[in-house]
Amino acid sequence: MNDEYLSWGRYPRVKQEVQEFHWRSDTLPKLTNHDKFLPYGMGRSYGDVCLNEGGTILSTNSMARFITFDLENGLIRCDAGVCLKDLLEFIVPHGWFVQVTPGTKYVTLGGMIANDVHGKNHHRVGTFGCHVSCFELLRSDGRRLICSSNQNSDLFAATIGGLGLTGLITWAEIKLKKIDGPYIDTESIRFDKLTEFFELSRDSDNAWEYTVAWVDSLAKGNHLGRGLFMRGNHSTTAGPDKLSPINQKLTIPFDAPRYLLNKYSIKFFNNAYYRKQVSKTIHKPQYFDKYFYPLDGIGQWNRLYGKKGLLQYQCVVPTDTGQEVISEILKKCSNKGQGSFLSVLKIFGKLTSPGLLSFPREGVTLALDFPNHGIKTFLLLDTLDKIVTEAGGAVYPAKDARMASASFKAYYPNWNEFEKHIDPHFSSSFWRRVTGKKEN
Amino acid sequence: MPKVLIIGATSAIAQEVAKLYAADGSQLFLVARDKQKLEQVTQDLSVRGAGAIGSLSLDLAEIGRHENILSEAKETLCSIDIALIAHGTLPDQKMCEASVAQTLQELEINLVSTISLLTLLANYFEKNGKGCLAVITSVAGDRGRQSNYIYGAAKGGLSIFLQGLRNRLNKTGVCVLTIKPGFVDTPMTKGFKKGILWAQPKQVAEAIIIAIQKRKNVVYVPWFWRWIMVIIRSIPESIFKRMSL
Repeated sequence: MNDEYLSWGRYPRVKQEVQEFHWRSDTLPKLTNHDKFLPYGMGRSYGDVCLNEGGTILSTNSMARFITFDLENGLIRCDAGVCLKDLLEFIVPHGWFVQVTPGTKYVTLGGMIANDVHGKNHHRVGTFGCHVSCFELLRSDGRRLICSSNQNSDLFAATIGGLGLTGLITWAEIKLKKIDGPYIDTESIRFDKLTEFFELSRDSDNAWEYTVAWVDSLAKGNHLGRGLFMRGNHSTTAGPDKLSPINQKLTIPFDAPRYLLNKYSIKFFNNAYYRKQVSKTIHKPQYFDKYFYPLDGIGQWNRLYGKKGLLQYQCVVPTDTGQEVISEILKKCSNKGQGSFLSVLKIFGKLTSPGLLSFPREGVTLALDFPNHGIKTFLLLDTLDKIVTEAGGAVYPAKDARMASASFKAYYPNWNEFEKHIDPHFSSSFWRRVTGKKEN
Repeated sequence: MPKVLIIGATSAIAQEVAKLYAADGSQLFLVARDKQKLEQVTQDLSVRGAGAIGSLSLDLAEIGRHENILSEAKETLCSIDIALIAHGTLPDQKMCEASVAQTLQELEINLVSTISLLTLLANYFEKNGKGCLAVITSVAGDRGRQSNYIYGAAKGGLSIFLQGLRNRLNKTGVCVLTIKPGFVDTPMTKGFKKGILWAQPKQVAEAIIIAIQKRKNVVYVPWFWRWIMVIIRSIPESIFKRMSL
């Protein structure tokens, strides 16, 4: 048993067997009756969806080869272990980009499908799963099934956002987006309260491909929900010829002491970040790498949260009551003095994903992160769950390590429909926890 | 663009070297045992931009078929500029100690088959008056240790062979490069606990390409292994034999 494979939140820590899966032609390790597998990519989901306590994780990092690339039509087929960073380094110089990108490039193709990730352009193009044309699924009985919207379509829908439970994705084909160059025209606008965020979103979503806001989670009263609204479009000018990807300049080599991120330092950071932008609006072109993946510049930034790790919390609530619900959540955080270091707010669009268990849906989404202060933090998150449940929203499995079974079932009412498609020899710590089953 | 023959093309280090050549549009000829894996590597390199690409799946223990490699590679590439020899296994030392057959089999694949290939390729390059023979040996060949002296003997023997070959070909314009990687995180070393001295195959590949371009003789990758091995080699045998390395 191995305890070196963690999730990005570094909580929980579990013991599990590790098997490497190097080639898409490999077969699954020999099964015994009780074996439970779970694919593991780069371990960038925060909680326990990528962990399999007492079972076996199938590490797919070295299964990372390209298969075909249709340069004319922007279709690429590659192994599920291909890292988004490597994919972008290859396709961007050819004038293509992924339709949807999450906030880090250290994720695998398989992981992006299994978590049906979203990006700052959800209001335009939906989730990553909306742009997957087909993939191969390896089941524990040895079958290799090609899945698409018209072939094995049930498994196609269950696997997108299916948290790795339906089998191992060996390769996938995705549709790309044409770009003129690697630069993004960006605008950053300071806003003083939450209502302004909603106005800015409404005004921007038609003309801007990417929209997202950072909020100061510790601002109170009149300033509640103040922040910076960031919008961007792919630049139509090619920009400088030479590509200059930013490399990791700094890596956090060890766990920071637990007092580093406290009420005061978080308050100081949030305040400073808000005030660093003096003028109302800043306009500048940015290299895509810096725009989409600012945190990738600091290796292992999760270690700043100390040995006990961090707890992420991302929810989505319906638009009509969105403003009240989001302000209630922010109030709960600032009143308890449990500010989130980085808080992100975005409006999701109408486009639905093919995924049966996908998180993104029309509404307002808020992402928060908290240093793990034990029971105090867990109680706060339970309170937030209650608010989200009452509002008819949902919490994101990829960022969760603690939601109660009843909450999960309320957020994902078709979970038992989904369960029928789970491979009998696949499971995860997350799934056993949220379905309340010890053995699954 | 150089025309490159890669033997052991499905090994992690060889794949990374090939990716770098493919991105430059080089023409490649790949040899490996497993047909399915070879096909996956071929597809990958072709997408990445390899100019022309040919492959041959063959068990390198079949020394009688080594001539075919040269003839088929010449057919695809017309001529060969660089040959990278990267195949090999990491023997189970304990099993070898208990079995003569196992020991000989490991020497066959890690030393004898390579010498056979080198002999053919050296003659071909010598006739052309140019070319580069880049061969992956190991720091394990610099000194015998109880934990892996079968592997060490094969790699050490190979390094000596390369020294002689380099000396022989010195005046012909053919370059012979001995590559000595330290610990590399590859499927071959999956059972080992990884620490600070471990390198990624991509790092090793970048160093190999530079060494080929600069027509180096011997290169340790990463570079610090040169100094680690200086220290290891300098320990007197009377002390070394008592150490558990």
